[in-house]
Amino acid sequence: MRLKYIDDFRDPAAARALVARIRRDAGDAPVRLMEVCGTHTVAIARCGIRPLLSGAVTMLSGPGCPVCVTPDGYIDAAIALGRRRGALLATFGDMLRVPGRFSSLEKEKGTGLEVRVVYSPLDAVRLAAALPDREIVFLGVGFETTAPAIGGAIKTAAVRGVGNFSVLSSVRTIPEAMGVLAADPEVRIEGFLCPAHVSVVIGTDAYRPVAQRYGIPCVVAGFEPLDILMGISMLLRQKKEGVSRVENEYSRVATAAGNRKAQDMIRDVFVPCDTGWRGIGVIPGSGLRIADRYAPFDAERKFGAPVVFAPEGSACRCGDVLKGKILPVDCPLFGKACVPEEPYGPCMVSSEGSCAAYYKYGAA
Amino acid sequence: MHDKILLSHGEGGKRTRDLIAKVIARYFDNPVLSPFFDAGLLGRIEGEIAFTTDGYVVTPPFFPGGDIGRLAVCGTVNDLAVCGAAAVAISCGLILEEGLPMATLERALAAMRDAAREAGVTVACGDTKVVERGKGDGIFITTAGVGVSVDGWRPAPSEIRPGDRILLTGTMGDHQVAVLIARRNLAIEAPVLSDVAPLSGLLLPLLPRFPGKVRFMRDPTRGGVGVTLNEMASAANARFMLEEARLPVRESVRGVCEILGFDPLYLANEGKAVLIVAGDAAEAIAAALREHPYGREAAIIGEVQEGGSGVRMRTLAGGVRAVDYPVGDQLPRIC
Repeated sequence: MRLKYIDDFRDPAAARALVARIRRDAGDAPVRLMEVCGTHTVAIARCGIRPLLSGAVTMLSGPGCPVCVTPDGYIDAAIALGRRRGALLATFGDMLRVPGRFSSLEKEKGTGLEVRVVYSPLDAVRLAAALPDREIVFLGVGFETTAPAIGGAIKTAAVRGVGNFSVLSSVRTIPEAMGVLAADPEVRIEGFLCPAHVSVVIGTDAYRPVAQRYGIPCVVAGFEPLDILMGISMLLRQKKEGVSRVENEYSRVATAAGNRKAQDMIRDVFVPCDTGWRGIGVIPGSGLRIADRYAPFDAERKFGAPVVFAPEGSACRCGDVLKGKILPVDCPLFGKACVPEEPYGPCMVSSEGSCAAYYKYGAA
Repeated sequence: MHDKILLSHGEGGKRTRDLIAKVIARYFDNPVLSPFFDAGLLGRIEGEIAFTTDGYVVTPPFFPGGDIGRLAVCGTVNDLAVCGAAAVAISCGLILEEGLPMATLERALAAMRDAAREAGVTVACGDTKVVERGKGDGIFITTAGVGVSVDGWRPAPSEIRPGDRILLTGTMGDHQVAVLIARRNLAIEAPVLSDVAPLSGLLLPLLPRFPGKVRFMRDPTRGGVGVTLNEMASAANARFMLEEARLPVRESVRGVCEILGFDPLYLANEGKAVLIVAGDAAEAIAAALREHPYGREAAIIGEVQEGGSGVRMRTLAGGVRAVDYPVGDQLPRIC
């Protein structure tokens, strides 16, 4: 495996030059940019980019961590499904510690709920085929990146007649959420650093409505340190020129039209729906529910167990963090009542959550 | 002899005697063990004694670059070595699951024998238990080890000073990645070998050669270099600054980490040590490490700084960030 390609995107001298350019292009007041994606949030924290740009750029962390925006009603529904006779929940590991209203999968596991961590949705189909007398419910949480894989698993189960497999879908789409944040006068976003992997699937053109309707510059950037610094620099150049368009820093992988095959898979298995985001509320057209022809694989319909969305009512300010209204450190629970070992809100749970990233890489 | 382990092999009767005499004794033939008394008689040992114990439950028991037998010897030898002690004798406690192929046991015993020979340590006593099928995972091994300190050297975290350097004897994460791949549920193939190795020959000669210069040594096993450094920093109440650019990671391990979202800093090693040494001797000690086959890729990865405690890292991008304890297992990312 050759990684020279990666090292080129981590070159310290090039990073120094970009930081200097960003500082030159920034104005007197810090420019408010949002990194939408959780992977960007973690990369920015891991590379120590925030302190490098302090005073010039304020990076707000957006709602692009699928675990963080999953409402607690979803966890409640998953636990209820897992409590059914013969049920076995299959999930990505990140979901284990996410708190629902009453409990988490991890806590319930300790009292007999059967939860299996899988690395791919197809593993859950294989599990179902191997355990024909069990009901395998896969917790389908993710964005456009994960949706094709979940769709592929559902299609595989349909083709192979694996009837004891179903998906509790909590799949979401990013551009709709960006629209809501762009329209929110309290957030005041001056530029979006758009996700790398999501954009590979949906294509960079997907952000044009955001850039055009709200006049906010959008740059798709990769996850390496130089990608991020370059993306930020491109956003500042747009601001300086007074334009707002979609630019693509991640052109080595992402294209304007995206991955057609993956898009076809999503269109085949899912249909858009309104869905609730933790801390943000219901965003019209921002969810993907399982299409009617695959209804036997939709756990909500198969077991008559709908996910109920209700706004949270605790001191936890994950919602404001997800919207970029406050930084994680401004939440009164951060690092005190809410720490990764004993998380209060989802932003502290997920490895891609902004609170977890601030806590893990920011302190000391 | 049977080709599988039976419950009666652990019941103390004739089958147990047969297992010991016809299988185990073939691998561990030495004057301390061979009389098969209830304890190994080590005789008089001069010097300061170090004593340690560890249990080995790795799945699968055989993986590229090593196996549970080699691990069981090296892990205990290394715990002694980083405390400045040369292993003299170790025990061998076997917990076998009913139905374990005899060939598997023999393969593990052969690996223990070879590793003990390499480390110059005597397997001085042992015990064998058999548990019912389903109540074990094939083979578990526990070893305890007795060692003698070299030159009376002791770990001295309180001697750590600003300006001291942090050394790592080689690449990070090889062991854990090799085991993860051997589990075969990640659908990833990569040519990664576990680094499991006895470190006494690498570390102990440094102590008389650089008197007063080596302050503290640890082997970064579970939790990796990241956790070990945090523990060392709190023991020393010191502030460590790492240089990301100097952290040695094998290309193949990095590739797997990039794909799965692991941080090599938190991956287990079984043949590496972290050393805190005096700044004025760091280059010479690093050069000495590199002379040894198990230290070829030794690197100075950071330094001890003034002010506060904890571990921080200067990143490739030029920023500084905290290196903290991880919470729970590192899991592959989901998007």
